[in-house]
Amino acid sequence: MTLHAPLAIEATGLVKTYGDTTAVAGIDLAVPPGVVYGVLGPNGAGKTTTIRMLATLIRPDAGSARVLGHDVVTEADAVRAQVSLTGQLASVDEELTGRENLVLLGRLLGLSRAGARARADELLEAFGIAAAAGKLVKHYSGGMRRRLDIAASIVVTPRLMFLDEPTTGLDPRSRNHVWEIARALVAEGTTILLCTQYLEEADQLADGIAVIDRGTVIAEGTPAQLKASVGSGGLRVRLLDAERRPEAAALLERAVGPVTLEADPAGLTAQCPDSARAATGVGELARTGIGIAEFALDQPSLDEVFLALTGHAAEVPPPAATLEEQPS
Amino acid sequence: MSAATTAPDAADTAAVRRAIASTARPPRPGPLSTALTFGWRGMLKVKHVPEQLMDVTLTPVMFLLMFTYLFGGAIAGSTSAYLDYTLPGLLVMSVLFTTVYAGVSLNTDLTKGVVDRFRSLPIWRPAPLLGSLLGDSVRYVIAGTVIIVVGVLLGYRPDAGVAGAVAALALVVVFSFGLSWVFSVLGLLLRSPNAVMNAGFTGIFPLTFLSNVFVDPATLPGPLQAFVDVNLISILATACRSLMDGTPDVGAIVVSLLVAAGLAAVFLPLTTRLYRSR
Repeated sequence: MTLHAPLAIEATGLVKTYGDTTAVAGIDLAVPPGVVYGVLGPNGAGKTTTIRMLATLIRPDAGSARVLGHDVVTEADAVRAQVSLTGQLASVDEELTGRENLVLLGRLLGLSRAGARARADELLEAFGIAAAAGKLVKHYSGGMRRRLDIAASIVVTPRLMFLDEPTTGLDPRSRNHVWEIARALVAEGTTILLCTQYLEEADQLADGIAVIDRGTVIAEGTPAQLKASVGSGGLRVRLLDAERRPEAAALLERAVGPVTLEADPAGLTAQCPDSARAATGVGELARTGIGIAEFALDQPSLDEVFLALTGHAAEVPPPAATLEEQPS
Repeated sequence: MSAATTAPDAADTAAVRRAIASTARPPRPGPLSTALTFGWRGMLKVKHVPEQLMDVTLTPVMFLLMFTYLFGGAIAGSTSAYLDYTLPGLLVMSVLFTTVYAGVSLNTDLTKGVVDRFRSLPIWRPAPLLGSLLGDSVRYVIAGTVIIVVGVLLGYRPDAGVAGAVAALALVVVFSFGLSWVFSVLGLLLRSPNAVMNAGFTGIFPLTFLSNVFVDPATLPGPLQAFVDVNLISILATACRSLMDGTPDVGAIVVSLLVAAGLAAVFLPLTTRLYRSR
């Protein structure tokens, strides 16, 4: 127990079952305020169910959780007054215009009629959807829809935001915009619980990560800690002369660790427990007179972390399929 | 207003940051104000999704034309006599068909995740349901008015004049408030908006035909006649006919109102309970 600022989220032993399926089998979470905290896991791991419990949408069958100091069951309204949801968790209304959606939420949150309109216009402008403000949301592009979604969740700036799969199906440019917005929110003091199956996204944004699989937290820590826990990275080398690769492979195998050859005929990677051993390997190559075009020490990716922790790869749906689901 | 360097279709991070920093949480709105806001949403739906209204309005108009001109003469001796008989019944059919959409739109909100958005807000819980009644009632009035106007264009003249027509329309709309909660429950239980529509019409379509909307039950075989006589749609149609003819059938009117109240008493609490737990 620490005596620091109260936790933004504190969950103990959360359980949720549906019939004989256990969606969440006892999850503990401790999220400090003012950070992006990633909840990472494959489809069906229990991420969404966990977040729905934290956001007061469903009641836990067992365990308890406090969000911003309030119990999610007995003080649900106090929780609701400080959090907002995005994505699959809480959708905007496709049969209204973007502007109407924002005005509606403004009114429901207690803004005056004029106040709600002014806020809607401010957000539409800031999120680059002013030109489509009067169009029905079902005609929006995927990226526009996602921005409106986030705009809708900051009509009144929340102290905690549940950001659910915010970039699924987005092109890299739109994805970067969403990430910038998330960073801006954190800079203003909002805590973000980021739910994602993209390891890169968690790596980019999150200060802390909980990896969830089959309804339990199987690992927790900073992205760097998680990577370190899996151990070795790799020494990646590209030779000046592809002809000498077999020779270099034999040498690195001896000096560093198991070698894999890359598709690039001059490239190879040696598994490497620490940077000292990598330095030795590079030194040996130089001494033998094998020219090096470039070399780098790779940390294991979170993909590898995930594979190592769960024994199966992260299942990432093809982004194209998600895009096609966007309303036409 | 925003930085000129930003592409028009992208978020302007500086402006987003200002927008994030600029709000203080306003006081929570009252229950009435919240329900009225949802009422406004209901009205916007009528404007943006006119297809729903077209579907339910055109079917009764089609039946009106078909029955009056194809069968009217054979059933009632002349098309104008048949129109006199059937128009109040078609008013009932037209408005009751529209009530199915209360369930369809609730299910749409549910499957699209809009309900979750509302449930995540610190608002008075029943407000979304009560507010949607306002939009629904506009649909009921439009559907009912269309059928009456088409009837008048074809030569229908209610004996009780405009007052009779308005009274009949009001009765059907009040009855629909009760019935719509049945479809709201279906909307919360079934998987998709289409399933709600199918289940709704599978129920209401045969009930409409096995009533006195289209034919006088005097010619029906005994058991069928017995069913038609106790069918609520018959009773409501009889009440409307009596109001439009200027000879109010108090019994039928009272039964219709009591049934509406009964349906609401059972299905409204059921709806709010399901809405909370889904």
